[in-house]
Amino acid sequence: MAAAVELRNITKRFPGVVANDGVDFEAAEGEVHALLGENGAGKSTLSNILTGLYHPDDGQILLYGERRVFGSPRDALDAGIGMVHQHFRLVPPFTVAENVILGDERGEGKRFLVHPRHIERRVAELGERYRIAVDPRARVWQLSLGEQQRVEILKALYREARILILDEPTAVLTPQEAGSLFETLRVMAHEGRTVIFISHKLNEVAAVSDRVTVLRGGKTVATLATRDTTARSLASLMVGREVAEVERTPREEWLGDVILEVSAVSALGDRGSPALRGVSLTLRSGEILGVAGVAGNGQRELAEVVTGMRSPTQGTVTIDGKRLRPGDARAAIRAHISHVPEDRLHTGVAPSLTIASNSVLKAYRSSRFAWGPLLRLRAIRAHASQLIRHYDVRGGAPELPARRLSGGNLQKIVLGREFDGQPHVLVVASPTRGLDVAAIETVHTQLRKAASGGVGVLLISEDLDEILALSDRIAVMYEGEIVAELDAGAATLDEIGLLMAGGKADAEPAP
Amino acid sequence: MIRIERRLEQPRWLDVAVPLGSILVAFAVMTVVLLATGHAPGHTFWRLLVTGFGSMFALNSTLVSATPLIFTGLCAAVAFRMQLFNIGGEGQLYMGAILGAAAGIALGNASSFLSVTAMIGAGIVGGAAFALIPGFLRAYLNTNEIITSLMLNYVAALVIDYLIFDSLSYWRDTSTPSAKVFPQGKILPDAATWPVLHVGGLELPFGLVLGVAVAVFIWVLYSRTRFGFEVHVIGDSPRAANYAGMRTRRKILAVMALSGAIAGLGGASQDGDFRHTLDPRGLTAAGYGYAGIVIAALARYNPFSVCLIAFLLGGLQNAGYALQGADFPSGLVGVLQGLILFCVLGGELLLRYRFTFDRRSRRVEAAA
Repeated sequence: MAAAVELRNITKRFPGVVANDGVDFEAAEGEVHALLGENGAGKSTLSNILTGLYHPDDGQILLYGERRVFGSPRDALDAGIGMVHQHFRLVPPFTVAENVILGDERGEGKRFLVHPRHIERRVAELGERYRIAVDPRARVWQLSLGEQQRVEILKALYREARILILDEPTAVLTPQEAGSLFETLRVMAHEGRTVIFISHKLNEVAAVSDRVTVLRGGKTVATLATRDTTARSLASLMVGREVAEVERTPREEWLGDVILEVSAVSALGDRGSPALRGVSLTLRSGEILGVAGVAGNGQRELAEVVTGMRSPTQGTVTIDGKRLRPGDARAAIRAHISHVPEDRLHTGVAPSLTIASNSVLKAYRSSRFAWGPLLRLRAIRAHASQLIRHYDVRGGAPELPARRLSGGNLQKIVLGREFDGQPHVLVVASPTRGLDVAAIETVHTQLRKAASGGVGVLLISEDLDEILALSDRIAVMYEGEIVAELDAGAATLDEIGLLMAGGKADAEPAP
Repeated sequence: MIRIERRLEQPRWLDVAVPLGSILVAFAVMTVVLLATGHAPGHTFWRLLVTGFGSMFALNSTLVSATPLIFTGLCAAVAFRMQLFNIGGEGQLYMGAILGAAAGIALGNASSFLSVTAMIGAGIVGGAAFALIPGFLRAYLNTNEIITSLMLNYVAALVIDYLIFDSLSYWRDTSTPSAKVFPQGKILPDAATWPVLHVGGLELPFGLVLGVAVAVFIWVLYSRTRFGFEVHVIGDSPRAANYAGMRTRRKILAVMALSGAIAGLGGASQDGDFRHTLDPRGLTAAGYGYAGIVIAALARYNPFSVCLIAFLLGGLQNAGYALQGADFPSGLVGVLQGLILFCVLGGELLLRYRFTFDRRSRRVEAAA
């Protein structure tokens, strides 16, 4: 029998890079097929080709043995290919049902007058069948990220997608939610659908897939049955060499004085609703405090209050024994708080400005880079070159706009800049998201080194493995509160996962 | 099927090729228009060139027309760089002209140096103060500065009309009975006449020299200083600016004031260089402020390009005046000028986007 999807010798070039270089890929009906690779390995390009967003420069796409040419994403949709993007494509003020029929030009979606009842019933049925129930009449902005992802899957199922592509779907989920997503994917595969699961997390690939294709540097490295692989063998295929697994290495017991104290801080979110409710925590010099939580539970606001970017409605932040002026980012910078923000592209850098400019985004006021009101352009350029070399920023040149860098290399610029600022407190949010294995190693080493040097590190991350690997203590946030503080030695993945979902240790995970 | 795609990269040669191509297209369309209206295209184009740039007299007139455009072009460019859309150059120029004229009248004939300096200062203050109204509203109440600055243009136009036509204000000439019947502004004293610099046969109005000096100042300010650095960061990503501890509100006020000051200076230059009175009819009819927006866009906010484009546009305007006559209606002049601007602005699209022509892809049947 012909494979459901077959890609033959796909090549796609972008100015300066070959994103896919003769990639072969095939996935059978009824299987969950993982597509594994580091960032920049060509996974996203390949899925964009399969969904009709890009046109390959060379190569063929075959569906069920038949050659297809996609002129637009619409063609791919019509051919039964559904995609769940990492960043959801939903309209927040619309209901679940409305989002599901949006852009669907068959049946209900095409009618001038829609019949909401009918669609709602169908959405509810689908949700039941695949165990991804969502209230069809709820508005999308009211839903958690996990639920929004379900809507994306429902959308694909409603259009009778026989091939479903998911791009790093677990990034926004708790371990429990991820587990139930995997069950759903198994049910879909069991019905004869094809699920293509894009990831760079080895344990997920092992948990859900039947087979796995590894990409590296735009080429197919291997396609293997998952049960014949180990995490270690997949990792070395992905990176191209043996990798030392990142393990928790206990640092010396010595901890310094309290360097950061957040007491009873409340703050509003961007929409004006309460995002932080009386958060208190302390951080000692030399300590890494991990803040775990599902995205959107106040972590970003916490980082912003500590770094002076957001004014708290109540409470105080004290650093080195001095009260920080609320909502004054410049004061926070002067107090040696460094910040690696969650949103690198628009907060961490000014994307259209050069790498040189971005390398001194905060330090441009210092006498090293400015002479009175004038900038020392040569010193800035030299600093940028040094940063690029020291942090191994690929494809970087001082005069290049920052947005031309890939996510991982952009992060290196931000990290390098913030580490170089001689911080007393380092607030880092999802520092390794989108980075490849080698870069993650480097970042983790840097964070440990900073802590050993007496820096207090506030590590905010949705990646529990990372939190467990690095932290001395772990605080779990849920709906703007710190619901628990655990000693890292005693905490388990399951326990943290339950707390993240708002459950107690013995309760059911929240739906 | 034709598709429009965003360019991933903008090749350097396009920066030259697109404007040139756009002008060629403009001339092609103009040829059609001229033929259809029974004029000889070749002769008309030649006259356009000669009357705009072809003689010392033409060049000097062009410099006069270009002077206010440099100011309003810089006014827009300075603010747009920070994504602050100050559309109020027009009104800020009027305010500069009002205060500049007041200073010139008040100081009488004592000292030319004093009068000129005071007029410059008054023009800057008038424009800056008027621009700070939308500036404050934007910085502290987050009001859309496009709308407020645009509306204030009408306010300024009515104020300047009121001062001369509807009141016996300080600016109005009431010395003779005929001046009372036919309202006009007081003629400025001789000391308030700005000097003219003679370079060869060229006559450079003092305002033009000031305008170019302002362009140099802006270039240094925006490419070499901390102030300019902050303007660029705020313009590109306000969140990154907040992250880096920049005081965005203060910068909005500073940039609005700077932008308005430049337009106000242009207003004072109108009084001192050319009109020698507060001239509401002349100023409101010219529409320098709005032309400045087009110039800033064409110049892509580069101060030196603003000067160059102001010069070219000034020449085009002059040629228009010279061209129109009994056989050549002024409406047709407007059509030609409009065509050139339309094509050049339209060509900008090609810089950022490209058109791809491909056969419609084979329709894929829905999966069975």
